Parts: sequence; C-alpha cells; structure tokens
Amino acid sequence: MNPTATPARRQLHPPPVPASPFPYHPGSLLSAQDLTLDCVSHILARATVLESQDPLARCRILAKRRVALLFYESSTRTRTSFELAAKGLGADTTLVSSLSSSIEKGETLKDTGLTLRALGAEAIILRHNSSGAAWLLESETRLPVLNAGDGMHEHPTQALLDLRTMLAHLRPGTETLTPETLAGVTVTIVGDILHSRVARSNMVLLPRLGARVLLCGPKELLPELAAQAGPGIAVERDFNAALHQSQAVMMLRIQAERLAGQQLDLEEYKANYQLHGPRLAAHAPTAIVLHPGPIIRGLEVTAGVADGPQSVILEQVRNGVAIRMAVVERALTASQQGGRA
Amino acid sequence: MTALVIRGGHLIDPAAGIDSLKDVLLKDGRVAEIAAPGKLKPADGAEVLDATGLTVAPGLIDMHVHLREPGQGYKETIATGTAAAAAGGFTSAAAMPNTAPVNDSPEVTRWMLAPERGAVIRVFPIAAATRGSKGETINDFAALKSAGAVAVSDDGLPILKDSVMRETLAAAARVGLSVIQHAEDTRLTQVGGKNASMNLGPTSFRLGLRGWPNEAESGIVERDIRLVSELRDARAHLHVAHTSTAAALNAVRQARRNGLRVTCEVAPHHFLLTDEHVGFYDTNAKMCPPLRAAADRDAMIEAILDGVVDAIATDHAPHAVHEKEVEFENAPNGITGLETAFGLCLHWLHKEWKMPLGRVLSLLSAQPAALLNLKGRGTLAVGSFADVVIFDPRAEWTYNARQTKSKSRNTPFDGWKMQGKVRWTISEGRIAYKSEV
Repeated sequence: MNPTATPARRQLHPPPVPASPFPYHPGSLLSAQDLTLDCVSHILARATVLESQDPLARCRILAKRRVALLFYESSTRTRTSFELAAKGLGADTTLVSSLSSSIEKGETLKDTGLTLRALGAEAIILRHNSSGAAWLLESETRLPVLNAGDGMHEHPTQALLDLRTMLAHLRPGTETLTPETLAGVTVTIVGDILHSRVARSNMVLLPRLGARVLLCGPKELLPELAAQAGPGIAVERDFNAALHQSQAVMMLRIQAERLAGQQLDLEEYKANYQLHGPRLAAHAPTAIVLHPGPIIRGLEVTAGVADGPQSVILEQVRNGVAIRMAVVERALTASQQGGRA
Repeated sequence: MTALVIRGGHLIDPAAGIDSLKDVLLKDGRVAEIAAPGKLKPADGAEVLDATGLTVAPGLIDMHVHLREPGQGYKETIATGTAAAAAGGFTSAAAMPNTAPVNDSPEVTRWMLAPERGAVIRVFPIAAATRGSKGETINDFAALKSAGAVAVSDDGLPILKDSVMRETLAAAARVGLSVIQHAEDTRLTQVGGKNASMNLGPTSFRLGLRGWPNEAESGIVERDIRLVSELRDARAHLHVAHTSTAAALNAVRQARRNGLRVTCEVAPHHFLLTDEHVGFYDTNAKMCPPLRAAADRDAMIEAILDGVVDAIATDHAPHAVHEKEVEFENAPNGITGLETAFGLCLHWLHKEWKMPLGRVLSLLSAQPAALLNLKGRGTLAVGSFADVVIFDPRAEWTYNARQTKSKSRNTPFDGWKMQGKVRWTISEGRIAYKSEV
C-alpha cells in the first residue's frame, strides 16, 4: 500500500486548517505577506514624500509620539535607520537591547513588551533571534509591532527597501504596483537562504509583483523544499546559470551564528558562490547587485564588486531610512484611526 | 462497600462481545452482575444511575499521560490530572516517568501510587527504562514492577544506543514488561544544541523554524524492530509511543506480518492536525513528535481504520500558561488531551469516518488494557473492575479549555466540536466524575 495516498474508497474530510488566529493591529508589519500591493504602493509613495520633505516640517508628523526599539540581536543598519526614521518624524525613541536591560535578568518578551507599553510606547520595533517573536509580542501587547527581523523568518522592511531599490533601477517612475510590475524580471538570491529572513521576505513579496525568484546556494544552506515556499520561486544551484538570467542579484552573508554545528567548506563555497568581478562581467554585466549587509568582503562578494558600479548596496541603506519613515508613520497613524479590527 | 446499579443503558463491551440493553450491578469495586433490563434484583441501599438513552462502556484507558508529579505540581498534580481524566471518561491512566525526579525507582513509583496523591481514577506508573532516563544504565525492572510499574520507557527521550535498547528489551521481557519507545533520533532533531521545533517541510521552511525530519522517528522504529527480531526471547514487546509518520507505521505493520510483538499508539492530534495548524507560531500546536504533513496525518487515519494502530493515547502533557506564552522555539513540547480525546474520537473516527462505536471504544479501553496487561480492565465482564464510562453518544458540545479540570489548558482543541458527552465516570465502583447536566 502506498502510505502517502488516501484510498478513494474512503471520503475522509479531516479538520480544516484555521485562518489567521487573531486580527493584527492595522499599523503592524509582521510579514511582507500581510501587505496588499496597494498597501506597498502607498508605503513606497509615502517614503518618497517623506524623504524629500523639509526636516522641520516632517518632524511635526509624529511629534513627541513614543516609539520603542526592542533589539535582541545586534544591528547596525536596521536599528540606526529605524531610529533615524522615527526621530525624523519627531517621535521620541527609546532603545532596549538584550544586553543592557532586564532581558539579561530573565524577563520574558511578553513582560518586556507590557513594560514598554506601560511606559507609553505606542509602537514597538522588534528585532529578535526567534522566528515568530513579532507575533507573540503583537498578541500580548496589542500594540502596532514592526518586525525588524525575527530569527530566520522575515524582515519585511528589508524587502520593501530592496523593492524600492530595484524599482528605481529596473522600473523607474513606477507609482502603482500591479501583479505585472516586475514581469520579466528575474531576481537571484544567493547564499545562506536557509537562515535568511531577508530571503524569505523577498520570496513572498517579489513574485506577487510578477518577478521570478531564483534561489542559489549549496544544499546545506538551501534545502530543495525552499522551492515549495510559494509561486514564482525556483532553485538553481549553478550560480553562473542563475546570473545569466538575472536583472538583480542579491548576495547574502553566511550566518555563522545560526549554522548550529553544520560544517561548511568556505573555500568550496567561495569557488561556487562568491560574486567576483570576472563572474559578474561574464554572466550579468548589467544586473544590479544588492546585499542586505553586513557584508563579509572576500567571502560572499569581493571588495571590487561591493564597491563597483553595479553595486547598489549603499543605495539600499539610504532607502532603508525612507521606507522605515513610511512604515513608522503607518504604525502610529493607523492606531489613531481606531486600532484593532 | 456500596453497590451501584446502572439501569436502562445500552452496554457496549467489545471484549465481552456485548452490544445490547443491559442493567449492570457494581459491588465492592467489581462488576457483580449483568442482566437484561429490569431483571436485576433490587439490592438494598444500592444507588441507582438512570442510563436510559445512554451508552455504558468499559472505562477508558489512556496508556500515555504526563501527570507531572513528583516535582512539577504547578503544571499538573496527580489529583488534577486524574480529575481531568475522569471528566474525559478515563478510569485508568498510565503515567510517564519524566517527572522530577525521574520515576526510575520503586520509591517514586510507590509515592505516585500513595492514596495521599488524591487520584480519582487508577494511575499506573510507567517506570524509566534507564537511570534518570539518560539512556545509559538500565534500571531494576523486577523491583519497579513489584512496586507497581506496568511498563518501562524513557518517554520524552529515546533509548538511543543500540546496546542499551537491546538490553532494555531483553530485561523487560524477562520480567514481563513492555518497552515503550519515544522514537526520536535526537542526532537528527537536536543539531548543534538547537532543537527542531516542528515538522520538517515547506511549512517549517516558510516559518523559519528548525525542522524534525520523519526519518528521526522511523529510523528509530526500524532499528528497534531489528533489535526485537534479533532477540530470541519471544516475549519481548516493543510499543511505539505517539506514532506520527507513515514510515514508522509501515515498519510496525511489516514487523507484525513477520510475527513480532510490535505495537503502536497514535494520539488524536496526530490523526487530526497537520503542521499547517502551527499557523502563526501557535505554541499549543507544538509537541514532540510534531504535527506532520497531511500525507502522514492521512496515514494515521488509515492505519486506525485498518486496525494497524493498537491504541489511541493522548500524550496529555500539561504546561503552565506562562511556559507556552513564549517564542515558539523556546516553548515546551506538549498539549493536554485527557478531556478532548473521547469527544474527538467519537466526532471524527465514529461520526465522520464511520468507524463502528465498538471499535473506537476498544482502541480506548480493551486494547490498551491488553498492551499494558491490566487484568480485569477494559471489559465489564462479571468479576472485572467496576471501571465504567456512561455517556450520551448523540450529544454534541464544544470544548472550553477555560473550564478544564486540569491545571493547564495548553490545547489546540479549544472551541472544537465534540461528540458524546460523558455523564458518569466510575472508577472501581466509585463515581469519579458526574456531569452537571
């Protein structure tokens, strides 16, 4: 008997899988999946408006509103850009990080969240080492939560800033996003897909705009079942072949902190998956090169590529501030309009 | 001792081959007489339970529960766990040894059985197979058996080493105990100090959670079956706890065809839910082994209907609310199950999937009694223990976890529809539970 098949003689109707267990705060951003294309268009439009606005006018938008940054992992770009974004809109920010707070003494995420809420936080920006932590914080505090990276799961604002960067180069002038906006575009994500929240957020967002996502990496870092993560996603182990088809290539850092005992031959990895000048010139001479950072120069990319003309890495960082202004504004203005559904 | 008369009920006792209207007289903790309706001599001072329109069956037996005592009374006590069991129609519960301290000694076994624990139904301790359940040194099974242990297991952990498992099977066979294996190859589920927290598959990838491959279960089951077949002692009995994968079931099925004494149980969550029920990191959908893919879940249903599965067992694993209100990967494994198992089995196995009621009852009573060698239980034949469940098979109700008698309410079945309402649960002639209706 085939153990995986249910014989037709029995009409078994097992219990259905329930939908989302709780309605999110309308200002929350937990997953790139949650955003409609209209919503993404609006965020991108607001990013453009806010970016070019006079700083003195801009800082009245959220004047003296309170935003907490709760960081359980180290971060340079995400933390700084969220902080600059919130401050740029006039909000007061406070940073709680796991190494200088009662988290060290064993306080749970729930209690830390409730404490921040009691201190007047109106939104919490959370970076956490556990996948799903943002859902826990949302359900316990009922505040708008902005997921600034949860474990290996998602990093939705990174996907939004990556999208802004890609659109500027590949579809300049786009205002309203549609399921065809990125039709014909192939984006290759390379490296440690398994542990990458950046990859997961991009994988759920880009195909909804018509892009094809190619995942590229060794099987230790890219299990075959990644291709089943959603429509428009495929696995291509041959980096050169993937590059050949790509208009954008996103390089990822190997996350040594999440490898959990896995052994990886770095020399072999570099031979197969490092993006270096000759490879880029031979296979994708016009593609843009993205990297969410931090870069390990000489490992996944060479210095020449990181600093080269096809690199948009620092543009991504700049876009981070604009996108996060739009997302922080959304978090606090949605709450003013009446909160949870 | 007082006597109890159950009048007007429909008696279903699969082991005794009874399926008809009968009156039942319980006396001195035993079944004293079974007679056609109205034919029982009225006994002096006997309490009479009117079971008209209700079904009377042998009390249910859960061969896999965690009652948390000694040591973790904040999650559950033997008193609260057995109260929940009684509410769920159970009259016997076999308690796993992963307590604090581990039940690896006759002292702990006897402590669990002491009347001061306040059990309202019969508790049958399952003793640890190895010292501290560390999988290294085998315990004194003869001493544990005489203290009251009904089987040995390191549940929560596997007996991983071939040599230790082989010796466990042989030593348990010598004293007539079953070995219950928690089949998890921790070399595949605990990598670099990080534990897998759900089934390995597209859902775990999407959620960014470390996955538990099916092979971690089936590999151990296959290894154990090989060890049983190598042992010349025909009395060696391997029982696979909480089976969750099609591959493990197939191995059990094949072993049985080869004449080996290999049995298995399945928990309600493994034949009802899939890894997609983890939803958005619902820690009440986290247990070990984890919820599997739909194909595995369907294989559980098939194997239950086909008779490959020997028992339904809950793996009732209470945890305090605060322990589950944490990040998914940090939450402890396990869900409660004693109050929901019967209602779910009647709703899904019997009503939806048309399994005869007698077979459902047998999976929950006669068969686990046989697996644990519980003499005089799992049947209401005259002379048996007066362990009875009286229920309304037609009543539909909705489970409300906040009204649980357990200390914990970590269940994915809160708000689920249940079939069959327990009216009375009688443990050795005493009413252990009576519904308010």
